[in-house]
Amino acid sequence: MLDLQLQITYLNDYTFGFIKTLLFYSFFKSLVGKDVVVELKNDLSICGTLHSVDQYLNIKLTDISVTDPEKYPHMLSVKNCFIRGSVVRYVQLPADEVDTQLLQDAARKEALQQKQ
Amino acid sequence: MSTALESYINLAVVTSDGRMIVGTLKGFDQTINLILDESHERVFSSSQGVEQVVLGLYIVRGDNVAVIGEIDEDTDSSLDLGNIRAEPLNSIVH
Repeated sequence: MLDLQLQITYLNDYTFGFIKTLLFYSFFKSLVGKDVVVELKNDLSICGTLHSVDQYLNIKLTDISVTDPEKYPHMLSVKNCFIRGSVVRYVQLPADEVDTQLLQDAARKEALQQKQ
Repeated sequence: MSTALESYINLAVVTSDGRMIVGTLKGFDQTINLILDESHERVFSSSQGVEQVVLGLYIVRGDNVAVIGEIDEDTDSSLDLGNIRAEPLNSIVH
């Protein structure tokens, strides 16, 4: 997993004079190439390989398959998809790909930074 | 890194109200507003096969876009839409 601390330093987003760190953007970038399951706010679950992510946490998945194809045959002819960040409810990740300690530390540091 | 929609041509758009619109992507912007040409809606029903409603040239506002899927021509042409029975997708609930 990439060094999140370093990522945060480089990815501070200066918008309207406020500094927004892109912690989760960095986090997802470190997961590109891994298989994830994205559960959407319309209850559809899509499994696929994380191709790319952007600052809005829009997600592009390749080689997708719907978790329940019988109930959701709508996406049968779709192999790659782009998911708008605002409609994601959960992103299910492989546990061994995530260093939860590092993520927790980084999030705490960011929260501290935000306060100041 | 940006997930641009540039490579997408023939797509299936799932909207926030649970509809599915198939069309050709002519243009898009940062907020995911889309211009879809030759579009038609695929209406799924549990009682009858998929109904395709021709729409024409559409602009879809980015707020209403949930998923954009790239349609694989071969798989799509082998689909027997008349035999697919499914409940319509749920709408996005924030």
